[in-house]
Amino acid sequence: MTEHAIAEPVAPAPLDHEILVSTRRLTKRYEERVAVDRLDLEVRAGEIFGLLGQNGAGKTTTILMLLGLTEPTSGEARVAGLDPQRSPLEVKRRVGYLPDAVGFYGDLTGRQNLRYTARLNGLPSGEAGARIGEVLEQVGLTDRADTRVDTYSRGMLQRLGIADALVKDPDLLILDEPTTAIDPIGVVEILDLLRRLVRERELAILLSSHLLTQVQSVCDRIGIFAAGRLIAQGTLDELARRYGSEAGELLVGVEPATAHARDEVAALLRSVDGAAAVETIEDGEDGDWRWRVDVAAGRDLSEVRAATLAAVTGAGFRLADLGRRPPSLEEIYRRAVERAAVTAGANPRRPGTPRRSGSPAAGDRVVSRRPPPQSRDAGRSAPTPGAGT
Amino acid sequence: MSADVRTVPLSPAPERTRGRPPRAGWRVVAAKEFGDYLSNVRFWILLLILGLAAATTVYFAASAVRDIASNLSGGGTVFIAMFTVAPSDLSTSQPAQIPPFYGLVGFLLPLVGIAFGFDAINGERAQGTLPRLLAQPIHRDDVINGKFAAGLAVIATVLVAITGLIAAIGIVRLGITPGIDEVARLIAWLVVSIVYVGFWLAFATLCSVALRRAATSALVAIGLWLLVTIFATFLVSTIAGILAPGGSGSSIDDQVANANWTQFLSSLSPSTLYQQATVVLLNPTYQTVGVILPSQAQQLQTGGIPTILPFSQSLLLIWPQVVAIVGLTVACFAVAYVLFLRQEVRA
Repeated sequence: MTEHAIAEPVAPAPLDHEILVSTRRLTKRYEERVAVDRLDLEVRAGEIFGLLGQNGAGKTTTILMLLGLTEPTSGEARVAGLDPQRSPLEVKRRVGYLPDAVGFYGDLTGRQNLRYTARLNGLPSGEAGARIGEVLEQVGLTDRADTRVDTYSRGMLQRLGIADALVKDPDLLILDEPTTAIDPIGVVEILDLLRRLVRERELAILLSSHLLTQVQSVCDRIGIFAAGRLIAQGTLDELARRYGSEAGELLVGVEPATAHARDEVAALLRSVDGAAAVETIEDGEDGDWRWRVDVAAGRDLSEVRAATLAAVTGAGFRLADLGRRPPSLEEIYRRAVERAAVTAGANPRRPGTPRRSGSPAAGDRVVSRRPPPQSRDAGRSAPTPGAGT
Repeated sequence: MSADVRTVPLSPAPERTRGRPPRAGWRVVAAKEFGDYLSNVRFWILLLILGLAAATTVYFAASAVRDIASNLSGGGTVFIAMFTVAPSDLSTSQPAQIPPFYGLVGFLLPLVGIAFGFDAINGERAQGTLPRLLAQPIHRDDVINGKFAAGLAVIATVLVAITGLIAAIGIVRLGITPGIDEVARLIAWLVVSIVYVGFWLAFATLCSVALRRAATSALVAIGLWLLVTIFATFLVSTIAGILAPGGSGSSIDDQVANANWTQFLSSLSPSTLYQQATVVLLNPTYQTVGVILPSQAQQLQTGGIPTILPFSQSLLLIWPQVVAIVGLTVACFAVAYVLFLRQEVRA
């Protein structure tokens, strides 16, 4: 992998803010396998950075190195200006961490578990009590705080985990798969909470996830991980510009959109030169049919659009809609991975969708099937009012 | 729980106060573990077993003590005899099938130590609490130290309480007034016992670090216990016989060499060390833990009146044993630390 392939435009993130995470050529090698390969990363106060990648892509290893829980093979990491290997206690005092598959002591209540964390962080007990009450309320667990943790559901454990990471009032919050087990509505709440924390407390959040839509909706900047390398990073706009130019999607609507016309139009669109795939979508709002045309890689979007226009009108349909849709994070991700594989030349594996097979994460799916946003800004904002900015 | 999330105000940012990480993280861990143990079923089992041992001692040993009290020449060792005399059945005057209190305790202590330590680290791992715990501002060895300290504190408390109870009942029921020497012996025995249980606790903790599954860890720890308590004598005599053959027909030098080897090899076993220490501490007439040469034995036989060793001399005699047990404990700790530091945190 050459250096220029990693190089990305510098983040538009608040440059005057404190750099909370920075790594230089950070590498972790386990015997044969390279878990993290020459990682350069920078996260500043006041932003949410999303680490995106398949399971085993090196996200968790990176996080453990930042916490000083795993020793890097080479390269260096700085968290809040400190070396996690040399001053682990100071780093761990300032960083709240939610591990993947977080666990608690089942025979203690949620509040007792948090109290233990508070004591380990040396919080005076009076202050700890108030703080614990506050964070429990923030994650919406107040009414279950005094029941034993072994009665909690997976999603509640994850909420408690976020509360646990917040107890020490961190400067940096590292969340490993924070929302995997939480229901869709809960996810919205949690992401909203994270946004508010960043805005009001000026903390930085580094979150890893394989749920693209969540990352897309909450993160200021995104880093794409594949096979231990950070193959792309930047804001969604930057990534879209970089990985969206060679292909995209068209959204086609015709009149009359009868059931009879449905298959005919699909067949017609499929025959258009440059169309890689066609998907029929039922538009819930007006009951009309729409078709999503994936433009084949390497084809110019405008040319294909013109060809589609010609084909539809030539067949006697009236065109109701022919929108251009910016590539979703899912496509950006796929293309980034593919392109990196081509550049590297040594990785024949073609990573498909980054989702865990068998756990399609209902909430994520729901959001990604929504009608395409009209502008990129709308697509970036969180699905809750007031969540974005 | 949906609506309230958005409306909760965040506490104002400027007033953020942060605790200082505790200077001794192990104390926080120990305090939590101590509390956990007291509500744990293990604690009640420990209490029950030691309580039963104490009850039988108090019930049966009392009569036995009366019998032997008249035979004891010194008179000053009656108090200790309560803990060392094998309880005899009241009706038949035959020795009951129960070992004396100190024997019971010596037998049970390793199991208690294993029970309190076998899942110290891998239990945290299985619960998924280990990454979270280690992400707090404490050192890794604080976790091991804290758990060890809490376990030892619980066991020591119970052991001291029950021994004190027996002593108290003995004093009241039998009217024995212990001398200073005897009290000192009993306290020394308690200390040695706690050190001994500390070894097993440390070994079980080591197993819990090295082995991912709690069940495997318990089995390995119990395996070592069986090895050193049951097979040790056999193994030691076999190996000593190979290294320095000393049959009945061989010379005195050969026999001494064989005996020395036997003694060296047995001193590698913590249970042998503990037995030696206990015997010397609780029997003031024992004057050596080493090889007794035929001439010395003869002297002992013909000498008639056994001399009673002062406590300080007994202590001097068992000092090497105590140091050896502490050394073995420290070795377990060292290995556990190194393994734990090198281990991956993730599940």
